[in-house]
Amino acid sequence: MKKYKWLVPTLYIIFLMLPIYWLINMSFKTTTEIINTYSLWPQKFTLENYVKIFTDSTWYMGYVNSITYTVFNTVISVAAALPAAYAFSRYKFLGDKHLFFWLLTNRMAPPAVFALPFFQFYSSVNLFDTHIAVALSHCLFNIPLAVWILEGFMSAVPKELDETAYVDGYSFGRFFFKIFVPTIAAGIGITMFFCFMFSWVELLLAKTLTATEAKPIAATMTRTASTSGYELGLLAAAGTLTIIPGAIVIYFVKDYIAKGFAMGRV
Amino acid sequence: MNKTINQKAWYFVIPVFVLVAFNAAIPLMTVVNYSFQETFGNNVFAWEGTRWFKQILLSERFHAALGRQFAFTFIILLIQIPLGIAIALTMPKKGWGVPVCLILMSMPLLIPWNVVGAMWNIFALPDIGFLGYTLNSVGFDYNFTQQPGDAWFTTILMDVWHWTSLVVLLSYAGLNSIQPAYYQAAEIDGASRWATFRYIELPKMKKVLTLAILLRFMDSFMIYTEPFVLTGGGPGNTTAFLSIDLVKMALGQFDLGPAAAMSLIYFFIVLLVCWVFYNLMMKNEAQS
Repeated sequence: MKKYKWLVPTLYIIFLMLPIYWLINMSFKTTTEIINTYSLWPQKFTLENYVKIFTDSTWYMGYVNSITYTVFNTVISVAAALPAAYAFSRYKFLGDKHLFFWLLTNRMAPPAVFALPFFQFYSSVNLFDTHIAVALSHCLFNIPLAVWILEGFMSAVPKELDETAYVDGYSFGRFFFKIFVPTIAAGIGITMFFCFMFSWVELLLAKTLTATEAKPIAATMTRTASTSGYELGLLAAAGTLTIIPGAIVIYFVKDYIAKGFAMGRV
Repeated sequence: MNKTINQKAWYFVIPVFVLVAFNAAIPLMTVVNYSFQETFGNNVFAWEGTRWFKQILLSERFHAALGRQFAFTFIILLIQIPLGIAIALTMPKKGWGVPVCLILMSMPLLIPWNVVGAMWNIFALPDIGFLGYTLNSVGFDYNFTQQPGDAWFTTILMDVWHWTSLVVLLSYAGLNSIQPAYYQAAEIDGASRWATFRYIELPKMKKVLTLAILLRFMDSFMIYTEPFVLTGGGPGNTTAFLSIDLVKMALGQFDLGPAAAMSLIYFFIVLLVCWVFYNLMMKNEAQS
């Protein structure tokens, strides 16, 4: 039995790769070929779909928009979560436990519940259709997540580190940025990865809060699919391109992922 | 860790508090506001009391959506948790296989949710999709846009595809934290494979598994984009889960009052289940 153990993960990976392969396969076909023939690989290999995406600004700006608000969100979430996580890991204060659970409840809130009020709220403060509106709205679930992961990493650092630094005459600011932040660098990397991931894959809020200027690529896809019939080839190419940023990010953090999950905090 | 009492720690928490309150409290109050009122357009409102809550709680539409939601969540938990554990147990522990498995298995987690839906849509189409074509050519009468059973099957398969990796990664991390000494002791005692799993691996994975169930419960209970793109809630209403039904009511029909009441009931159910889990988890953490 032990000999065939590798079969399970292998079959699972094949199952995972099949739909992805099918998407990539279609992205190299023309739409007419997709609709008229069933084939396991492109009969007439074409790059036409990708050329269209990289030359049409409504398409490629979608990518720029998505990446812009995702990066904004990651920076805001981690910057705000760092001091808060430090407070939760080091100090007891009035209402700390309730505050922590309240933060987590926001990770549990269904975005569908918030879609309409967000639309009205961000419109009323004139932020509708800006990158920053999407970045701020994604803070709803990313900040609690960031606090949760960072708190796990910070609690693993012994408190003696802080105390020694103060004895050595470090001010709090210098200690925090010169000693503490480098110590938990791996944790910050993992936190950034998860913030990036959840902001990148979310669509409901991003779509609700944008019209043209900050429209995410994923929303561009749904619109094009419904107005000009099903341009399947184009849709497949756009979909394939959305996989790439995630794949790049995951390559960089692969050594840390297992460690991050081991903290039991995701 | 023994923590010092320091009320000034609040200053550190303020940025987070403000950002989240700005995002959660204000919109939530808007929802609460709507849930007690009737709208006539032009910002004219009339007090309705608890009418919408009663209406939602007694409506068959809500019961049906809630039933579908629980059925869906229950089925995917039943498949993903054991499957995830099984895959984690058989994954390589060292060598070149580890990064390969981790990277490939994480791929589905990083694809935007509507792309997941669109991808499965074209993958499952009966005439040109690999899955649909294969199933039909081996003799199944499969068409997920027409038959409710097939639509459910496809939605569940898609979710298994999308999220099982999360359970795998969590369980794998849990397994890796077990000291080799435990396994050696089990070997000396002549423990069977099952006994090793039951008495060593499973207890050690308890913490990450609670988290996995919590996360999968939460996220599958909020699921919107993937089934919306895949089936649009159809055929008929057969795959319209809570979020899909809610968005239809709020943004499609603009029935703000009932939609707001439904939002609150919905949020309350999620909160209740998560609170129970959170307490379980904290108890585990306190023990270990």
